[in-house]
Amino acid sequence: MNAVVEAFQRAQAEGRRAVIPYLTAGFPSPEAFLTHAERLAEEADLFEVGLPFSDPLGDGPVIQRASERALLQGVRTREVLRLVEALAGRTRAPLLLMTYLNPVLAYGLERFFQDFAAAGVRGVILPDLPPDEGPEVAEAAKAAGLATVFLLAPTSTDRRIATVLRHTTGFVYTVSVTGVTGARDRLPEELGTLIARIKAKTTLPVAVGFGISGRATASQAARAGADGVVVGSALIRALEEGQDPLSVLRAVREGARL
Amino acid sequence: MEGFRFLDFPVPDERGRFGPYGGRYVPETLIPALEELAAAFEEARRDPEFLATYRAYLRDYAGRPTPLYYAERLTEELGGAKVYLKREDLAHTGAHKINNTLGQALLARRMGKKRVIAETGAGQHGVSVATVAAMFGLEAVIYMGEEDVRRQALNVFRMELLGAKVVPVASGTRTLKDATNEAIRDWVTNVRTTFYILGSVVGPHPYPRMVRDFQSVIGQEIRAQLLEKEGREVPDAVIACVGGGSNAIGAFAPFAYAEPRPRLIGVEAAGEGLKTGRHAASIAAGKRGVLHGSYMYLLQDEDGQIAPAHSVSAGLDYPGVGPEHSYLADEGLAEYAAVTDEEALSGFRLLAKTEGIIPALESAHAVAYAAKVVPAMPRDAVVVINVSGRGDKDVAEVKRILEERA
Ligand SMILES: Cc1ncc(COP(=O)(O)O)c(C=O)c1O
Repeated sequence: MNAVVEAFQRAQAEGRRAVIPYLTAGFPSPEAFLTHAERLAEEADLFEVGLPFSDPLGDGPVIQRASERALLQGVRTREVLRLVEALAGRTRAPLLLMTYLNPVLAYGLERFFQDFAAAGVRGVILPDLPPDEGPEVAEAAKAAGLATVFLLAPTSTDRRIATVLRHTTGFVYTVSVTGVTGARDRLPEELGTLIARIKAKTTLPVAVGFGISGRATASQAARAGADGVVVGSALIRALEEGQDPLSVLRAVREGARL
Repeated sequence: MEGFRFLDFPVPDERGRFGPYGGRYVPETLIPALEELAAAFEEARRDPEFLATYRAYLRDYAGRPTPLYYAERLTEELGGAKVYLKREDLAHTGAHKINNTLGQALLARRMGKKRVIAETGAGQHGVSVATVAAMFGLEAVIYMGEEDVRRQALNVFRMELLGAKVVPVASGTRTLKDATNEAIRDWVTNVRTTFYILGSVVGPHPYPRMVRDFQSVIGQEIRAQLLEKEGREVPDAVIACVGGGSNAIGAFAPFAYAEPRPRLIGVEAAGEGLKTGRHAASIAAGKRGVLHGSYMYLLQDEDGQIAPAHSVSAGLDYPGVGPEHSYLADEGLAEYAAVTDEEALSGFRLLAKTEGIIPALESAHAVAYAAKVVPAMPRDAVVVINVSGRGDKDVAEVKRILEERA
């Protein structure tokens, strides 16, 4: 968990917001994933790995396609463990694992977090788990030494913000828009108000995700008060289109510098 | 008959739990909307005016109460217990779905939402939503897997005729499970303006409870009608098919938590056979897990990836079963069986030939199981089969299957 907080602090000391790329494990193929992830992590503060799920109801079309493609190649929990372990050996950026609850339950709650912690993961994000629905999940993750990152949204009431923060360690993941993952041209104006409402209740860093697509959106998030930005769909789309995701990441970095 | 009432059932608790099942496993964005929905439903179910309005639409629009019909020739044919049919096939739009969509549409109107969305498999729930949306003047968007759009072209046209927009879903298995994902994604995006009319007793709290409460009109009517016809409110068995589980829970709930309790038999789709892996029997052959916001029995592989369901009947073609059924099964308050596509087709023909009633292929599963157990029951026993829908929608498909074999 400290590695996660430290990554934010290091970025801040350098006058930057933390930059957090996301890729779906096994996309476009297990080996290509490792190559791209290593290059992206090189220029990132933290790195988020998605364990693909058959029914990703929090994801837009780009990450849905990536998940489907990874699953078609047989990328399941055990293979993701292998990929995470390999990636952890090649990068200094702390790794975060994003997945849905069912693969975690199927593997076994304690064992899942212990095995991923042993493979080098530092924090976990479960978009279909409001923390108070399954306090035992966050407990098991914490017991394995993982940061427990939960999502907050533009619809979150002050009461929900307080509840979610009670279970959160590492950082707060703020969803910029009401919607699913996907690159957008601009972020809603109210983002600053949302971040301020969260920061009134916590000293944890606040990262913004969903909709970060390049320099402009990253800069908008930074000006709205974010301590970090997550970029996923825009990187995967670049890969789909045969472009270099690193140039997208660099644009995000530039925007997040402001 | 005094009409439908909101009954108090012992489950779920205020967090939407049926024992360990149920809950609210959805993106945080939706939590405030679900809290709001639960509060609005709570308020509505205590409001005499809401109740009066809902009853009036059930009577004058849906055509309730639906008959409880003594199936004399089927009884003779089976040679055991006396068989009654609860005729949900005679409700408007031809299935029990209207009980739920009327209730939720009234709630949407009460909450000031002008746009409704829904998922549909075969198209029965979609048609029902399009119907009430037309009647209440609401904008309706229906998500339907590409595979189902192709298989159920006529229902797509029906929905469009009723003014709804049908959006084909190309992700995953391109069926009901994926249409549900897409409806949830729409709701996450448009949550401030949109009411999600979920079609079965699945999904995040309060849906399993709310849909159960609306559908419980089926069981409430059975009690009253049986009292009239047989001098007893409680039969010896109630048999209903189980997809997500809404028609079954509607028939079961008014019996499940009271004494004396009849045998409550839910019939899942065994598809090509439980051993083939091509079925939709979540209780008989699934494991517990989380899908679409709820902890329940699910078809899944050992890595927790959801497995595709299969059934000749599109309405049962869903890889999960509602949290209340999961609970009733564990507690032994209801029993669950499964019948194959083949057996369901026999049930389909049996009811057509003996009673002049062509049931939906879904309901044919209940008929087929009744044909197995009724002969062994005493003649003074009384069995109620819930005929959840009519079979017009399936006639072409059954013709195709039978011709393929000939
Ligand atoms: C006639 C009929 N019966 C049953 C079902 C299955 O749903 P449930 O199990 O929720 O009743 C459907 C679903 O489309 C249906 O159309």
